Formats: sequence, C-alpha cells, structure tokens
Amino acid sequence: MKYLDEFRDGRLAQGLAARIRREIEPDRRYALMEFCGGHTHAICRYGIEDLLPAEVRLIHGPGCPVCVLPSGRLQAAIDLVERERVILCSYGDLLRVPGAQGDTLLKAKARGADVRMVYSVSDALEIARAQPDRSVVFFAIGFETTTPPTAVVLRQARREELGNFSVYCNHVLTPPALRALLATDFSSPHQEAATRGAGVVNGFIGPAHVSTIIGTRAYEFVATEYRRPLVIAGFEPLDVLQSILMLVRQLNAGEVRVENEYTRAVGAEGNRKAQQLMEEVFEIRPSFEWRGLGELPNSALAIRPEFADWDAERRFAVPAIQASDHKACACGEVLRGVKRPEECKVFATACTPDHPLGSCMVSAEGACAAHYHYGRFRQAVAS
Amino acid sequence: MSSRREAYARKLDLARGCVEIGHGGGGRAMAQLIEELFLAAFDNDWLRAQDDCARLTVPTGRLVMATDSHVVSPLFFPGGDIGCLSVHGTLNDVAMAGARPLYLAAGFILEEGFPLADLKRIVESMARAARDAEVPIVTGDTKVVERGKGDGVFITTTGIGVIPAGVDISANRARPGDAVLLSGSLGEHGMAVLAQRENLSFDAPIESDSAALHGLVATMVTAVPDIHCLRDPTRGGLSSALNEIARQSGVGMRLREAAIPVKEPVRALCEFLGLDPLYVANEGKLLAICPAEAADTLLAAMRAHPLGREATLIGEVVADPHGFVEMETVFGGRRLVDWLSGEQLPRIC
Repeated sequence: MKYLDEFRDGRLAQGLAARIRREIEPDRRYALMEFCGGHTHAICRYGIEDLLPAEVRLIHGPGCPVCVLPSGRLQAAIDLVERERVILCSYGDLLRVPGAQGDTLLKAKARGADVRMVYSVSDALEIARAQPDRSVVFFAIGFETTTPPTAVVLRQARREELGNFSVYCNHVLTPPALRALLATDFSSPHQEAATRGAGVVNGFIGPAHVSTIIGTRAYEFVATEYRRPLVIAGFEPLDVLQSILMLVRQLNAGEVRVENEYTRAVGAEGNRKAQQLMEEVFEIRPSFEWRGLGELPNSALAIRPEFADWDAERRFAVPAIQASDHKACACGEVLRGVKRPEECKVFATACTPDHPLGSCMVSAEGACAAHYHYGRFRQAVAS
Repeated sequence: MSSRREAYARKLDLARGCVEIGHGGGGRAMAQLIEELFLAAFDNDWLRAQDDCARLTVPTGRLVMATDSHVVSPLFFPGGDIGCLSVHGTLNDVAMAGARPLYLAAGFILEEGFPLADLKRIVESMARAARDAEVPIVTGDTKVVERGKGDGVFITTTGIGVIPAGVDISANRARPGDAVLLSGSLGEHGMAVLAQRENLSFDAPIESDSAALHGLVATMVTAVPDIHCLRDPTRGGLSSALNEIARQSGVGMRLREAAIPVKEPVRALCEFLGLDPLYVANEGKLLAICPAEAADTLLAAMRAHPLGREATLIGEVVADPHGFVEMETVFGGRRLVDWLSGEQLPRIC
C-alpha cells in the first residue's frame, strides 16, 4: 500500500534496530516516553520492544484521549443522555469507558438511552439535520487532532441555525500535559530509585497527528526549560524505530533538541488554518481535570460564548461530577509512566478489556489494553 | 401447486406489495406467500408435499446438524445479501465437520411493512445459493412481527449432512507440531458490510467473499482424511477461530504475519478505520489444521480448488499451557493475537 508499506518494511526495521544496538553506550540508560497512544499501539502491535537492546526502555505516557478523560465527565454524559433523552453521539471507544461505579454509555444504551457511535463529528451533525424533532449532542473528546473538525461542525451548525445540535466539549491540549509530567520532581536519588516517573525519562517520542496541527515549535519548552530531547514521530513502526535512534544519538552526544522525524506531515508552525479555526470557536479553560494527572491549568478547551447556543454544557447545565476511580485501579500511575500496566495489581485479573475497571484497559491506544492484547505472553513467561 | 395458486383471487403484488401481519397468521394470506414466493423459488418434492416436516432419506454414518441465525445489516451488500449468506453460513458450519451437507431448513421472521420485492430478491438469492450448492431447502417456517419489532428480515437456517468414513475433524484435535493453513485472504465480508452500512465508498469496492465451502472441504478430506480441525473464521475473524481451537485443544499457536493474505482494499479500509483484519468477519474462507507431514499435500489440494487458490501455510500449533495465539510480526517482533473484546471499534485519532 503506497505510503504505508514503506514504513512497515521488516528488513529496514531490522537494519534500524541493528543500528540502535550498535550506537547504544552500554553504561547508559535510555528511558524514553512515547507520549501518544498511537505510538503505544504501534510499539505493542509490531513487537518493537523485541527489537530493542535492554538499555532502551520504553515508557508509556498519557497520550490516549479516552484514557485521560476523568470518570466524572463520562458520568455527566451518561446522566445527560438519560435525563434529557437526547441523542448522544460519540466515537466508539468512549462507549465502553467506565464512569462512576463502573457505569458506561453502552450500559446506558442497553437501558434504553439513545447513544450512537459515529465515525466523525459531521455524522452527528447529519443526524441532527435528519431528526429536527430530537436534540443531538456530540460528545467531543481528543487532543488537538480532533478539535478542528469539531470547530468546523460548530461553525456549520451556527450557519445553519441548527437549534437541535450541541457539543459536550472535552477537548484537551497536549503541551500542558507534557509540562505537568516534566514538572514532577522525581530528580532526587531516593525518589529515582523508588519510582519511574517522568523525572527519569531521558527523552520523549513526541505526538504525530497532534503535531500536524500545532507544529514542532510548540514543544521547544521541553528542550529549553526541562532539558529533555524530544523527537516528533509518525505512527508507523519504522517511524518509531527511527525516532528512537534519533533520541539515542542526541543522548549520546549530550544534545537536547526538538527534532522532527515526521517531516512528511509536520512543520515548525503546524497548520495555521486549523489553529485559527480552533481559536475562533474555542477558548482555554482555566483548569480541567485529567485522569491520572489531576487538575491542570489551561489544559483544555471550552466553547466560546459566541457559540453558546451549541454548547451542551450551557444548554443542559451538565453537572460537574467528582467521581473517583476504582480504588485498586492504577490508571493514574500508568498514565504518568510511574507504573507499567502489568504492575497494576488488577491488570489481567479483575481488570480486563471485557470488564475494564479503568480507562487504560478500554481504548485500543490505552497502555493496559495494548499490553493485554499484544504483550500478555511476556508477563506469563516472567511469572 | 399450480391449481392451489389459482384459488387466490389476486396474485401477490411482488413488485409493490409489502409484508402484512396476515402473512404470518397461518391463514390464506400465509399460504399464498409460501406458495407464490417460497415454493416457487425453492421448488422441490419435499416442499411440494406441503407438510409441516420433510421426510428425508439419509445415508448411513454419522450425521452432522448445525443451525445459524442471520441478522445482517444492511440486508444487501456488495457480493451478497442475507439470503445467500443464510445458506452459505449453515452449509459451512456443516462442512467444517468434514461433512457433505444434505438438506437445509429455513425459518423467516419478517417485519410488517417489509417490501415484498426485497423479500423476493432475498428468497431468490437463497434459492440460487442452495441450487448451486446442490443442497435442497426441504422445510421452513414463516412468522411476521409488527412494524418496529424486527429489522426487515431475520433468517434462521438449519442444515444436516453426513461425515465420510474415516474423517474425524474437531476443534479439540489440534496437536503441537500441526500445521495451520488458511484458504485465502481475510476480511472481505466484514469490510464489505461495514462499508455499505456506513456509506463508505472507495475506488476499489470490496465484495463479500460469501461462498459455500463444502466442495473445497470434500477435496481436502479426500486428499488428507486425517485433517485435525476445520473452522470458518466468521464473526471475530481469524483471531477468534484460532483462539477457540487453541482453548478447546489446550495448545498454543505461532503465526507468521507475513504469510497471512489480506487484499489491498481491505487493508486500506482497515487502516482508515483503525481496525485489524485479523478480527474482521469472513464468509468464504476456512482454517485447516493438519499433521505437519500432510501440510504440503493439503495445501496442494486446496490450491487446486477455486475457493482455495490463495491457500497458505500461516503457522503452526505449539505446546503452551496459556493457550496463547502468538504472531511473529513483519518486523520480527512478537505479539499476541488475542480474543476480540466486545466489538472492534474504530479509533479516535
């Protein structure tokens, strides 16, 4: 397949892996965090860890939009669809994410709520057009990648004066989350020994799709303020291996730069038009809760007052629900890279993709789900 | 049959009419629907007897019986429809025991208001599939549910067949060292239905692979009577079929990703939606597990049949107390090919 097979060539992968092995300095450790769930998925699906030397360790970060949605916001959506009898449209993975007490949108659907899976936000708009007598709410989540399409549809709804359509906005921003990870001080020797937090991450594999929107410049602070190298990488397995090699080279040379491996799609400034769209339709929330990371300032988007009529939170007074995650669930630590999925005591026992206790076990991009589906045999061998 | 049909005041309007509650009521309307639609399409001696059952002559040996309900949406899709699917699905379930299918029964649940023209298309497609397979539909049933309580048409088919002497095929017979063979490329049925359902159009349209596999199976058991397992990877795809066999036989599997055929349009659509072809449904493919020493003979026999032309050796059975189905990726890494959890859902970004 054009533009895909080139990035999945097994021989090239073996060559890259050999080069990584050659360039590794044996007394150095290379703890690299892939920030994006898409990378986690690619790493597990292609068995990339099997190609890497022991000195290189990959740590999963908080870059799965489904995983970082706090259960309170999910529960609020369940309450909304059941109380207001709206048609609630969302992307597939969200339907299985547990809210408070393990309730999910799929369970609400089984109870009779009108919950519909859509492939894009424009599908939700189409449902609203087709059913003018029903109120349609789109449950919007995702990083900067999925935000511009939501903006386009909100503008369209306003242009058409579509009174029965609104958006429950849960879009979040990547750089504040990265900043929160980096600001965690795990630098003391004691803590370094006791934890494996972001403080001991030597370098970052930066987001692919998100960067097409915000550009490489948005990550400069990682190098300048926090002295960590970061390589923007595409989601194909060869992209990931190439970016690991680039990080290894930077670390060996003592360099700290933002590099771009994904040059075929990402530029320094990103997509200006998409940024303008986001600016026109959304404003930054002063604070937003992230699962695993807590309240982060300026880390999420709300719909601007000019679009208030299409803002589900204004139209329906969506309650602010504080719901704590299951006590045994270590999603928070997994999302911060402090724990590996298999170190969570309910991983693959009480928490499985069929009966998830936490969000990381739901999405295909969640670290726990990726480990469960693709890498569980390693745990079995170890035990 | 013809003299009875003349007793009705007016013929069924198969062009513009629709299913009415009376068509399932057991009265004259139902008799007319059966005679003018089902009997006309499936026409054979057993049905012509118009009893509530069919009297069947069966050869000696072990009989196989399988039943399957079909609720596909949309009812019509590129490469097939619910009618041919309901024949192929059950014939294949019978064939996966290595059996020769003999007879089929069909039960219809129709929704009030369903266009008779569409029903006619479906019934004629069933009749064609059964004729091509040389397996008659010998008895049936029709019920009508109120508008809104069905999804147009649901079809349940039951098939019986007979296993040739010396054949013992079961999902609990996979043994370490056995070869795992696949009859062709994956995912065409599932992606054809999904593309149709979601109105996704592409330059290279994907057609369902829906087909009756008992001819291929007959060729295979003739070449290698000691086939250990056969399975058609329908819902849940290749991964579910292999995990079922691994669990039932208490073994593991090692697959090679590079050996598993997936056609380009299927790969492209799966990429687009973030789906894995290993989990996508097939309706005209089969998996075979046989002793390693018979693999070449079986592969040659499969490739000599039109439905097995692209057959490949995709891996082997291994001893593994965990029952894991593992795969060597095109990269040389390893991954699990796990059971499907719930439904495969498209990714967000």
